[in-house]
Parts: sequence; structure tokens; C-alpha cells
Amino acid sequence: MKPEEHLQPRLSLRGIEKRYPGVRALAGVDLDVFPGQVHAVLGENGAGKTTLMHVVYGLVAPDEGSMTWEGEPLRLRSPREAIARGIGLVAQHFHLVERHTVAENLALGFPDAPFWRPTRSLLPRLRAAAERYGLALDPRAQVRDLSPGERQRVEIVKALMQGARLLVLDEPTSVLTPTEVDALFAVLRRFVAEGSSVVFVSHKLAEVEVLADAVTVLRRGAVVGRRSAADGLDRRDLARLMVGRDLAATVADRGRARAAAIAAGPVRLRLTDVRVDAPGRAQRPALHVASLEVRGGEIVGIAGVAGNGQSELVAVVAGLRAPSAGTVEVDGREPGSGRRRRGARNQVDAGVALVPEDRTKVGVVGDLSVARNLALRHAHRRPFARGMWIDWQAVARHSQSAVEAYDIATPSTGTPARLLSGGNVQKVILARELDRDPGVVVAVHPTYGLDVAATSQTHERLLAAAGRGAAVLLVSEDLDEVLSLSDRVAVLAGGRVVATMAAADADPEALGLAMAGVAA
Amino acid sequence: MDVDVLVVATVARALAFATPLLWAALGEVIAERSGVVNLGVEGMMALGAVTGFAVAFTTGDVWWGLAAAGLAGMAGSALHAFVAITLRADAYVSGLSLTMLGLGLSALIGRAWVGRPLPDPMRTVDVPWLRDLPLLGPMLFQGQYVLTYAALLAAVVAWALLFHTRGGLVLRSVGENPTAVDAAGLHVRPVRYAAVLIGGLLAGIGGGYLSLAYRPSWGEGMVNGLGWIALALAIFAMWHPLRVVLAGLLFGACFTLAFRLQTVFPPELLTMLPYAFTVLALVFTAWRRGRHAFGAPEALGRPYLRGER
Amino acid sequence: MISGLRRQRSLHRWEPRAEAPAWRVMLVTLAAVGVAALVVTWVFVAYGVAPGEAWATIVRRTLLEPRGLSETVRKAIPLLLAGIGLLLAFRARFWNIGAEGQILAGAIGATAIALFTELPGPLVVPAMFLAGMLAGAAWGAVPALLKARMGVNEIITTLMFNYIALYLVRWLINGPWKARSATGFSYSERFPADAVLPTLGATRLHWPTLAIALVLVAVVALLLARSRFGFEVEVLGRSPEAARYAGIDAGRVTLLLAALAAGAAGLAGVGEVAGIHRRLVEPTQLSLGYGYAAILVALLARGKALAVVPAALFLGFVFAAGDVMRVSLRLPSQLPDVVTGLVLLLVVASEPLTRGRWVRRDPAEVAVAAPVAAPVAATVDEPAAGAADASAEGGG
Repeated sequence: MKPEEHLQPRLSLRGIEKRYPGVRALAGVDLDVFPGQVHAVLGENGAGKTTLMHVVYGLVAPDEGSMTWEGEPLRLRSPREAIARGIGLVAQHFHLVERHTVAENLALGFPDAPFWRPTRSLLPRLRAAAERYGLALDPRAQVRDLSPGERQRVEIVKALMQGARLLVLDEPTSVLTPTEVDALFAVLRRFVAEGSSVVFVSHKLAEVEVLADAVTVLRRGAVVGRRSAADGLDRRDLARLMVGRDLAATVADRGRARAAAIAAGPVRLRLTDVRVDAPGRAQRPALHVASLEVRGGEIVGIAGVAGNGQSELVAVVAGLRAPSAGTVEVDGREPGSGRRRRGARNQVDAGVALVPEDRTKVGVVGDLSVARNLALRHAHRRPFARGMWIDWQAVARHSQSAVEAYDIATPSTGTPARLLSGGNVQKVILARELDRDPGVVVAVHPTYGLDVAATSQTHERLLAAAGRGAAVLLVSEDLDEVLSLSDRVAVLAGGRVVATMAAADADPEALGLAMAGVAA
Repeated sequence: MDVDVLVVATVARALAFATPLLWAALGEVIAERSGVVNLGVEGMMALGAVTGFAVAFTTGDVWWGLAAAGLAGMAGSALHAFVAITLRADAYVSGLSLTMLGLGLSALIGRAWVGRPLPDPMRTVDVPWLRDLPLLGPMLFQGQYVLTYAALLAAVVAWALLFHTRGGLVLRSVGENPTAVDAAGLHVRPVRYAAVLIGGLLAGIGGGYLSLAYRPSWGEGMVNGLGWIALALAIFAMWHPLRVVLAGLLFGACFTLAFRLQTVFPPELLTMLPYAFTVLALVFTAWRRGRHAFGAPEALGRPYLRGER
Repeated sequence: MISGLRRQRSLHRWEPRAEAPAWRVMLVTLAAVGVAALVVTWVFVAYGVAPGEAWATIVRRTLLEPRGLSETVRKAIPLLLAGIGLLLAFRARFWNIGAEGQILAGAIGATAIALFTELPGPLVVPAMFLAGMLAGAAWGAVPALLKARMGVNEIITTLMFNYIALYLVRWLINGPWKARSATGFSYSERFPADAVLPTLGATRLHWPTLAIALVLVAVVALLLARSRFGFEVEVLGRSPEAARYAGIDAGRVTLLLAALAAGAAGLAGVGEVAGIHRRLVEPTQLSLGYGYAAILVALLARGKALAVVPAALFLGFVFAAGDVMRVSLRLPSQLPDVVTGLVLLLVVASEPLTRGRWVRRDPAEVAVAAPVAAPVAATVDEPAAGAADASAEGGG
């Protein structure tokens, strides 16, 4: 599968440049992808990988630079032109219509599907593709009933049926169980064995090491290194290229001496027999936790493939929804019990902080100022509230000190939050949630999409909160993050806690098996 | 009265009453399936009714009038399409202003024709062969206007087009997930334009039925909320063309039965019933939807801008 | 921006903006009104009325003559009340189209007190306002409850409630409340003197209602700017998801707002029956579509409570001008409706103009040219914000 030196590249990029206001997303990127090759594009979140893939797929026009496709100049004005050339994209967030069947989704991607009954003629081709690559799919199933892994299969089949000779996959393993990852790799290997090409976008070193024939490493929009499997791929070497420095000792090596102290700490968060019913499917609840306890000073990581009950768990702990059955206790009391349910406000008053998954749509109100966002969840309490009125001067004073204490880069405290970068939005959220020494902290994908500096700051803030006696529940898809920060790890699969272990003795393989065990 | 006769007469009357609702609701189903809500139905129906009447009165030919009615509704919807799709302004307010503008304009245009009957209105006909069916014949296929039969046919055609053709698939996909359609290399806005224009055409025809057939005349209160009831009907039918027919018949039957109570109730309270029934129908739909988790097209009412999720 | 129909290179691209400057909003609004004025001028010409003379007559008889001015202000009263209520409702994205029905409900409440209770004289008017407000609020609370508890579309239900209120009034004045003297036209008995609002001199300007309206506008402005409730409304209107996260009870806030909005419209109904007609009359005479015009008042004010005052005065002028056109210029009476609809459409259509602007692309961009909306272009994950991180924080 090694590319022959004399071969012409299938896709070739030269000096691709893309600027957004204030950002150079791509800074003169060169890339050659050969037939029969899996070419990995490696980089951290924010390195420009997705923008580059959008350029290749015709979704984004580069400001400068040129592309060639099998020797011909390539200029793309829309995805349709990319598809016509034989370029297929499996995006990180699938482009599927949830309420349509698999066959309808496939027909949508087919310009030459017949006018009448467009799905019918596709079935033989679907079966052929399924057999050739081992991609089984039920054409009549509705997409919304499929697991993320199955949805990805639909996207791959769609690209293959469109005649893709170059398949671009953007972070394809983030939604898969380890078993599904192996199956995906087998499909990709079969695909390149036929002389096709794959561009595999990832930030996961282990996967790149296993799968790639060639690697291009991006950092801040620029190519910082190229490696070939023929010369051997070294994980440390790739990591250094990607991050720009040696991976120093991580926060994980902070010593496990705290374990003893934790055991003695009080239970601050206790879930007993909590159930959340899925709409229309009462017999199979979306979440069913018999018992989960988090002690003060302890960080419990929740591992699992997305969609296995994590969002329901977060919602009931943070008070965003009431459990269908069972109790959630904070410091031994149910927040708001005995009163009318007031949603998240009971939890706020009981000292439950939430760093939500969707930073920009949930975590802050984009149109409101930084100062108001810093008061968002506490505006009903002192010092901000005076009876039915709000003391805006108190809000302004507080925001000044929070901006300094949390090092928030903003032109002023009156700037609308949506003009801030992702890292600074997260700082606003952390400042608001952690500043009042909460008893329970729920953090959901807290470092997703952040760069190295912001990531380590976020980690330190969470560790500091635990150090001050908070019970921390960390939900993340990044297993490394979960393992390095947590004292204990609980694995969610099919809405149930299928395993709990001390992070110190958890090995990724055992975790992976637990994640897959029930999820499949 | 014999029960059979009562049922047959009720269904036949209900169908005649429901015809404008069917046309307008079918149009709205098509528009909303593409993700564009159009609250201008009332205005488009009024424009259709007055234009249709004016043209039929002037030319003496109801069919020219009907064509004009459809085009007038379409013109109104084009305004909405431009504002809501191209300018990406708020679709709710845009549709509302279309209703207000349509009602005002139609009253202004129609001043010359108020109180004048149409000399040669649309005539009722029977459908050959189908008229002789037992029970169904007298219920659905005798003594109605061509537009009534055409509405039933239009529902079937709309159903076939929406659910069994590639064009319908694209249209429904645009209403569910425009990003997916864009990523497939298809254009979102032309599809939405087409759906909204078809919706306007059908609403205009619905208005034309009122002024050319049902009550061959023109008056300012002619549409009188039927457009809004049609909007409710589209929701009640859960955006499905065939269910629109059933729901329309149900609406019509309720009104027809209510009017049989005229001897007992004052007329003002009876006139109130369609509106009260509409509210009840919406409540029922919401209750049922809560149980079955099936709702409106995902992207309904959201303008599409590439790059926004 | 770049429509699907012309996906070719365009010289300009759309740049969304942070917050529209006030002068720009003002300018766009005035431009919309200006276009409507041009259309009206064209109608003058079409009906063979000299435009200059027509405008002069209208301005003289609605703004310059004391009597005309009082008519303009008098028509602005129900628009102020209903408009400030709708402004509140719209801020929380509750699309109440039912102000017309709520006005009628308020009128019914006031009439019930005026005709069928035996209160001591000075208490009658306050009781009428209270009853009218409660009746209006109740009329608006039903759709709000259905929306908050079951998710029933409030646009259609509030509108249906308009028709129900209309036929309810008609039934009352034709049936149980019909005046003995009424022949031909239907109406209720005349209100006793204690139940009639005082007016300013010889005009029809019922100043107590005006005072209530102005106080209400001030209170709403204060609530929105300074209170916890105002902050909750602001968060809810801008992001329902964030509101839930912030512990704001969307159902409670919506219900409260809807009841407030409908109560204000109910007050308008009280003013009309107690200040103008002095009896319950045919619904289309009782409210000349004030409930619908109030939607435009609220939208023209663009979320700013105090801006409701000029917006209501402007529409009061449109209504008064409509009377002048009908009586003095013999123009069709439907013209104000057309103007209202037209201004509404123009205001909606121009709204996006306040949210961004067209900027020239630089030539290099045009050369590669593609159909992409500028800074938000990165469709999926690493959006501009993520990339911006690298540059903003990389330095530190």
C-alpha cells in the first residue's frame, strides 16, 4: 500500500491560504495524497484541519493557493463539484436527515436517482457496496434510530455509492466504540487496497500510528512536519510536532496521595435509583443509575460513547430535568425538595455548578455582555439582587474582579460574549460556576476545541475546585482526559453504569471493553 | 330523517365547506414541509378571491378568474418568499404582514365589486362513473364544484409527489435538515422558493373557490379566518396531504352539524364554533404529539445560512 | 445572502455585526415609512387627488388643528396600551396576535361593571378598569397556558380567540345585553354617567386612559431595565436554552408576560367603551383593528419600551389620516389598512439590514470566489471561534 515514488498524486494542494477576520486559519498548506494511501492529517483542535477538509470538499473557498486532482487543476465552487470529481466527505457531524430512512438519505445524495420512487433502484447498489466492504445496513431503518456508528456507515456508503475515489474522514472515531473503530479501519484498508485514497483527520496519535501510510502534521494552520510509515511512525515524535513541545509530565502525575483523604470526605453528591425515561420508549430508559456517590474532593470521570445516557445524567444532576424516578441528593438533601420544582435554580442554590457541553448556545447568552453573563445564574441572589431589582453596579464590580482573576481576554466587560474566542467563553463560564466554591461541579467536555494553554488552565481550575472540597463529575469523550484527571472512573453504556474503577488501575483496554460491552 | 341520508348530506355539505380549507392547507403543508412557515394564507386567499372575482366579472369567464386567483395568491407568496428566504427576515412577522397587506389590498381593490353577484358563476357537476358508487357516490362525487373534486385529486398528487419522487424527497429534506441538502451539493433556496410559490398558488385557488363558486360574490369579510383555520388544519393533519383531506372533512362535518342546531342556538354563537373547534383541534394535536413524539419539520421557520448549524 | 439561484462570484459579501447602532435602526425605520408615504402619494395620483394638497390637508387636520391633533392622540391611546403589552410578549418570543380579542374582552368586562353593578359613583371607573384588565388578561392567559403546558401554537390560538371574542360581543349586543331602544344597529344600553370617562375639553381625548398608558410604559421600561424579571425576559428572549440553564422558569415567565400583555390590551378596551362609545357597540366599530396595528407598534419600537410612545403616535396619525382621507378627500377607507400592512412588511424586510452590512470583497477573494458566508463559514467543529483561540491565546 506504499505509494510508488513515480505515481502521480491523486490530490495535490499548494499554498492553500484561508483567513477569517483576525485569524489565519490556513497558512500556505501543501498536501499530496497518493492512490492506495491512507494519509493522516494530524493536529490539535483548532489547528485548521476541518477548514482544510472543507476546502477539499468545496464548502470553503481558499483565499489563495491551488489544487490539482489527478493532474488536472481543481477549482471547486460547491460540494456537488467535489462529488462529481470523486471526492467524498464523512463529516464529524453527520449530514443526515434524522427522520428519513437510510435509503432516502442515500437517494438524496444521488443526482441520477430516478424521479419516481428514487429509493427503489438504489437497493441493489446498496447491497453490492455492503457486501464488498462489509458494511451491513438496513435501508428501511430510520436514521434517528441508528447508533452513531451506524450513521457513520450510512455516510461512508453514500460516498462510496457516489463513486468516491478519495474519502475524507473528519475525526471519524470520536463517536465509535473500540470494536467499531477496528471495523472502520478494516473497511478503509479494503478501500485503499483497491487503489483509492483516504484522508484521515485526527488528533489521536495511536490511531494514526496504526492506520496511516503518510502523516501531515498541522499546527495553527501551517504544516509543521511530514512523516511516512515507510520510515516508521513514532508516537512521541508526532506528539512533539503536534503540540510544539515535548509532552511534559501531565497533571495526571499529581500524586495519588489524595486518595486516602477522599475516602474520608463527606458524600456531597448521591444518586439513588435514578431513572430517566426516553420519550415513547418507557421500557428502555435513557438512564438508569442504581447508585452513584461522589465525595468532596473527589473527581469522578464518566466514560462512554456519546448517547449512552451522559446528557441525561448531566441534566438530572444539574436540575435541567427532573428524573422520572429516584433521588438526586446534594449534601444529603434533595435540592428544592418540599418546594415547587424550579428547575436548575434549586440546584444553583444548593451549590451545583455546571460547565455545559454547548459553550456558546447554553453556557452564555451571546448577545449579552460579559458582565451580564458572569451574573447569569446568580442574578436572583445577593449581591446582584436587591429584592425584585438588580444592582447593575454590583454586577459590573463583580465582572471586573472576575475578568482579572480568571484572566479573561475581552476588550471590556460590556463586550457581547459572542465576540469572545472559545477559550475565553469557557473562562467566563468557569469564573461564574467555580467562583462561589460550589459543592458539586459537573463539567461536560470541558476542554473540547480548546488549545493546549486553555486546556491545561481548565484542568487546573477543576483540580483546584476539587482541592477546595467540591465533588466533581467530569463527563468527557476524551479517555486520556478522564484518566488523567479522575480519581475514579464510571463507565456508562446503554444508560447504565456498567463498571466503576479507580483511575489509577484502569487500563484503557478494560475501559474500552466496558464501553462496548453493552453499547453494541 | 333517515340516518343514511343524514350522513350522506352531512359529508357532502362538509366537503363543499372544506374545499377552500383543503386547497389552502395543502399549499401550507407543501410550504412548511420545505421549512418555510407562511402565516400569510389569510391574505393570499383574500387576494385570490378578489382578483378571481374581478377577472371573472370582467371577462365573463370563471376559468380566467380562477387562473387569476391562483396567480394572485402566488404573487403574495413571492413577496413572503423574498422577505423570509432571501432577506432571511423573521418568517412569522413576514407572513403576518402579508396577511394584513393582503386583507387591506383586497378590500381596496374590491370596492367596485362589493354587493354585485357574479353573472355566470361556476356550476356544480357530477363525476362520471364514480357518481354511481353506492354511498360514496352521493357523498363525494355528486353535485359539487369541479374545484372540490380537484382538491381531492390535488391531495393525492401532493402525497405522491412528496413521498414517492426525488423532488419530494429533496423538498422534505430541505425542511428537515438543509445542511444535509447543501452538503449533498443541492441548492436549498430554490427548493424553498418553489414550495412557497406552490403554497401561494393553492391558497389563491382556495380563495377563488369562495368568490367564484361557493358564494359567487365579493365582500370584505369573505375569507373571515378561513386562512388561519387552514393553518391549523395543516398542523392538525401533521403535515400529511392525505390526512389533510380527512381532517378537512372532519372540520367540515363539525361545522355542518353545528349549523343544524340553528333552531336552538343564536346564530352568533354558531358562527363562533369553527374558531373554537380549531383551538380544540390544536390542543388535541399537541396532546397526541406529546404521546407520540412526532412533530413539525425540524427546520420549520428557520432561515438557512450556510455555516450555521 | 448569496442565493442558491446565483451561486456565482459576487462582489460583495454579507458581514454580520455585533449590535446595530441606534441611528442605523432609526434610518432604516424612517426609510420604510418613507416608502409607504410614496405609495400613498401614488394612490392620491391614481384617484385624481393633487398629492401636495392632499398631504397638506392631512397634516393640517391631524397634527396642526387642536381638534385633529386630539384625534391623533386619542387613537394612539389603545395602540399605546396594546403596543406596550405586545412589546413585552414579543421580547420573550410569545407571538400574541390576539390583542384585538383582548381589547374586546376588556370592553366586555367594563360593560358588565358599568351596566350591571351598583357601586358607589367614584368606584365605578376604577372597578371598570380592573375588570377590563382582568378580562383581557384571562382572555390572553388561555392561549399562553396552552403554549406553556402543551406547546400549542399561540399564533393561531390567539387569532382564533379574536374571532371568538368578536362573535361573543356580537351575541351580547344582539341578545342578552341588547338595548331596548336598539333598532337596526345593535348596541347595549348607554353607560350611566358615573361609568363614563372624562375627556379633555370638547375633544374625545379620554385622558385617564392616556395617563394609565403612559404610566404603564414607564413601569415596563423600568421593569425591563432594572428588575430581575426584566433580566429573565431578556435572557429568555435571546436564548431559551441558556434560560433553562440559568434556572429561569420559561413557562412562568411566558404566562406572566402574556397575562400582562393581554391585561394592557384589556385596559385599551375599557378606554374605548368608557371614553368614546359609552356603550358596548358592534366589535368592528369598537376596535378599528387597533389590536393588529399594535403588532406594528411593538415591532417599530424594536424592543425599546419608551419607543412605543412615538410608534403609537405614528400609527395614531395613520388612523386619523385615514379618517381625513375618507371624509375630506373621499378616498377609500381601506387605505390605512394597506399602509399598516405595507409598513409592517417593509419594517420586517429591512430588519436584517440592521443586523449587518454588505462589504466589498477584496479582489483576491473574488478571484477564487465561492458561495460562502463570511466569518461563520467553517460549517462544523473548529469554527472561527476555535481557530480564533489559537491566535488569541497562543501569544500568552
